[in-house]
Amino acid sequence: MHIGYKKNILLQNKTSNKTQSIMGKRSQVIERDAVVIRFSGDSGDGMQLTGTLFSNASALFGNDLATFPDYPAEIRAPQGTVGGVSGFQVNIGHKEINTPGDYADVLVAMNPAAIRANAKWLRKGATIIYDSDNFTEKNFLKAGYKDDPFVEDGLNDNNLIAAPIATLVKEALKDMDMDPKTVQKTKNMFALGIVFWLFDRDLENTELYIDDKFKKKKPLIADANKIVLRAGYYYAETVEALNSSFKINPAPIAKGTYRNITGNTATAWGLIAAAEKAGLNLFIGSYPITPATGILEDLAARKDLGVKSFQAEDEIAGICTTLGASFAGNLGVTSTSGPGLALKSEAIGLGVMAELPIVIVDVQRGGPSTGLPTKTEQSDLFQALYGRNGESPVVVIAASTPSDCFNYSFKAAKIALEHMTPVILLTDGYLANGSEPWRIPSMKDMPEIKPPIAKYEGKEFLPYERDVETLVRKWAIPGTFGLEHRIGGLEKTIKGTVSYIPENHEKMTQLREDKVQRIEVPDLKVFGESKGDLLVIGWGGTYGHILTAVSEMREEGYDISAVHFNYIKPLPKNTAEIFANYKKLVVCELNGGQFVNYLRMKHQQFNYHQYNKVQGLPFTVEEIKDYCTILLEGKKNG
Amino acid sequence: MAEATKIQYTAKDFKSDQEVRWCPGCGDHAILASIQKALAELGIPKEKYAFVSGIGCSSRFPYYMNAYGFHGIHGRASAIASGVKVANPDLMVWQITGDGDALAIGGNHFIHIIRRNIDINLVLFNNEIYGLTKGQYSPTSHKGIVTKTSPYGTIEEPFKVGELVIGANGRFFARTADYNLTLSTDVYKQAANFRGTSVVEVLQNCVIFNDGIHDSILDKEVRDDRTIVLRHGEPMIFGKERDKGIILDGLKLKVVKLGENGVTEKDLLIHDAHEPNPGIHYMLAGMKYPDYPVAMGIIRAVESQTYDSALVEQIAKVKEKAQIKCVDDLLHSGSTWEV
Repeated sequence: MHIGYKKNILLQNKTSNKTQSIMGKRSQVIERDAVVIRFSGDSGDGMQLTGTLFSNASALFGNDLATFPDYPAEIRAPQGTVGGVSGFQVNIGHKEINTPGDYADVLVAMNPAAIRANAKWLRKGATIIYDSDNFTEKNFLKAGYKDDPFVEDGLNDNNLIAAPIATLVKEALKDMDMDPKTVQKTKNMFALGIVFWLFDRDLENTELYIDDKFKKKKPLIADANKIVLRAGYYYAETVEALNSSFKINPAPIAKGTYRNITGNTATAWGLIAAAEKAGLNLFIGSYPITPATGILEDLAARKDLGVKSFQAEDEIAGICTTLGASFAGNLGVTSTSGPGLALKSEAIGLGVMAELPIVIVDVQRGGPSTGLPTKTEQSDLFQALYGRNGESPVVVIAASTPSDCFNYSFKAAKIALEHMTPVILLTDGYLANGSEPWRIPSMKDMPEIKPPIAKYEGKEFLPYERDVETLVRKWAIPGTFGLEHRIGGLEKTIKGTVSYIPENHEKMTQLREDKVQRIEVPDLKVFGESKGDLLVIGWGGTYGHILTAVSEMREEGYDISAVHFNYIKPLPKNTAEIFANYKKLVVCELNGGQFVNYLRMKHQQFNYHQYNKVQGLPFTVEEIKDYCTILLEGKKNG
Repeated sequence: MAEATKIQYTAKDFKSDQEVRWCPGCGDHAILASIQKALAELGIPKEKYAFVSGIGCSSRFPYYMNAYGFHGIHGRASAIASGVKVANPDLMVWQITGDGDALAIGGNHFIHIIRRNIDINLVLFNNEIYGLTKGQYSPTSHKGIVTKTSPYGTIEEPFKVGELVIGANGRFFARTADYNLTLSTDVYKQAANFRGTSVVEVLQNCVIFNDGIHDSILDKEVRDDRTIVLRHGEPMIFGKERDKGIILDGLKLKVVKLGENGVTEKDLLIHDAHEPNPGIHYMLAGMKYPDYPVAMGIIRAVESQTYDSALVEQIAKVKEKAQIKCVDDLLHSGSTWEV
């Protein structure tokens, strides 16, 4: 999510005078290591923005954090229904935060449907701030309640804060010349104001954002939003029910310049960074698809850096224009999600056969078919590895956090360019939309990228002549004198000439596979002990949850370690060596068991346990811990 | 590169060393020869040419050209060619395709490359049959044709290439015939020099699976009376005796005989290939024997901004005012904070 204003803010322990005077009135301040806040309402209620603004303010304050937007596929599902609930969860802490948290400590509910959708995701005793104006019998029915939601879901023991937000917003803006509908659209800012007070956050930065977004074109809207934000803040200060507030101290974070970044933006920027390092133009041929669209949008916005973005007529044209651009000498990339990857299969095979450098980003979502477009899953792994006709090896790598999407899209491009091969980068809906603070790297510290561009040497160019070590062919860019050559999807000889000779086909098939296998990938690093009782194995976007679960269990005294895969094909060389050091191995992934079966095939000597979830949701830390405890002790944790 | 400026070519310079594998007597041989001749006459350095194709008999073409070539997958040549041209606008990109490749499996990409007006030359070999899969009807096969997949005759209407091109807001459409080296060479040269998507339909004979499909109009005995070669700025006259012409009768085209009913050359339509309004071009492209002669030559050639040049301009314009000049700038843009 972009932050609109262009002001770099030096973070200090600054508290404005006004806030300090309010601080004096806080009767009870609860100091915590981490707190999970969930904003929830109708998909038109502005919950994503509210959550983002709160996250930004917390990042500026110095907290570590992780966010998770959870929204429906329908742009505006029927108002007040559970299907239309849009949520944004953020976990802020003064220690390292690796997940958006399992259960919410604070829930902001704009309607009864938000209670229904989130009741089972609340920590015991959670604070629920709700818009009581919306808690009418009619709305109870819409959300599927017969009566009072708090009674029906057994939530009365929680800290319930009823705020008549609709009324209060109307009152706050009564002197403004605004229609009632527009007035009600500022309700999210009132809720945000309450939460800002609750966490003692500075309003200034958010006000700057509002001004930057609206001041020029809609000054009235800017003023209204700021008034309502402050009204919410002062309401929280005054209302007795809110007699306690939270204090989350800044986290000990490495020195540097930081920004918040989502997985999709990080992916897009990593690709631009790779093009700059390689000295090439970046071309993206792509078709909008949830949850990958953000990558195309972010790249389309970068004409200032010369990015050529091409919104194709379909997924197939997306990758085929990319192949054309790669043939013509650009860094060609395409972005998609599962159904789109299926449509691109044949063309990826062409990339394999022609040996052209392209990056295919697959932001995985729930499948099969259209599946769960806005929900996360890791079920495209087999499709990435095997979803093509013929023996068709491609490099498959996976990013593990929103911000490291930058590094992995950069690496995907580096491998593609230096090894003349398609590379599939797997991210997922959770990484794509989730965000976290990111220490901004310097381009001078990023590795070099050296594509094998052919030069005219006074003799005939052989397109499939290979480097003896890496088996990589040379890239002859059209327009270069003397390197005219033909490539294509038919089996060929070293010259590029079509060949149906049986032995040649077998040899070429082996060369294409060996080329991929010879790519150097970093060794696995173990989190925990170098040997022990249980090794938890994960890949891709489950990193944060697995790491948190394993680290908590280690603190509780368990002999448990973790290892996380970012390189799926080829696998790290030390994979078997590491696996051999543990009594039990468990592979956790958000699918029916694809990676575990891949490992069973590649390293058959081990016995693997598997823990799978296919609900369109990330793991919770708790469920991983429970399963691991069963493996270690034969019974549940706690 | 001193060699690069040497642009005195003969057709032979564009022949690759690969064995041409089309059937003896196939119309493709003549098309290859006319394109090689056209390229030699254009005098553009040969490393500037990229030939892109899909799948089908026609799509083997790039292998036989001594230029850069990319033999793609079925139906996708328009998309691949779009990528090549947009990525590298200095190249002269040719797409070689057939009626199945471009109008069936590749129909979507075909209309979209035309809509975007990407500056490539698209040569569509139309033999009204699937040759490489050995004889099934295609989207241009006439209704009722008996083929291996239509043993009782087809029950579907064919596309007319020109109507589809103009319907997709095409700026350049020409038609030629495989055997006609002179007309073809001229048409290919004009297509090459035209800025925008230039579509050339070549009436091509498949000697094995649809032999003689165009004979009713292209046979030596009848072709002068059943086709008309359109030339910009000239009256629409045709016939062995050059005694027939085309006039506009109300909202329709009409064939007239010169000298009959007082019709003279002055009454005939003057071909204006540059007229932006596609009305007459659409009617000309759709003319069909026996009601009309089939139009050959350049039917429509109306230049407007190409996608590739617009993109280059847009990037230059954005760059001029840009705050962000490199990736380091980008990473530090927007809201950041120091720890």
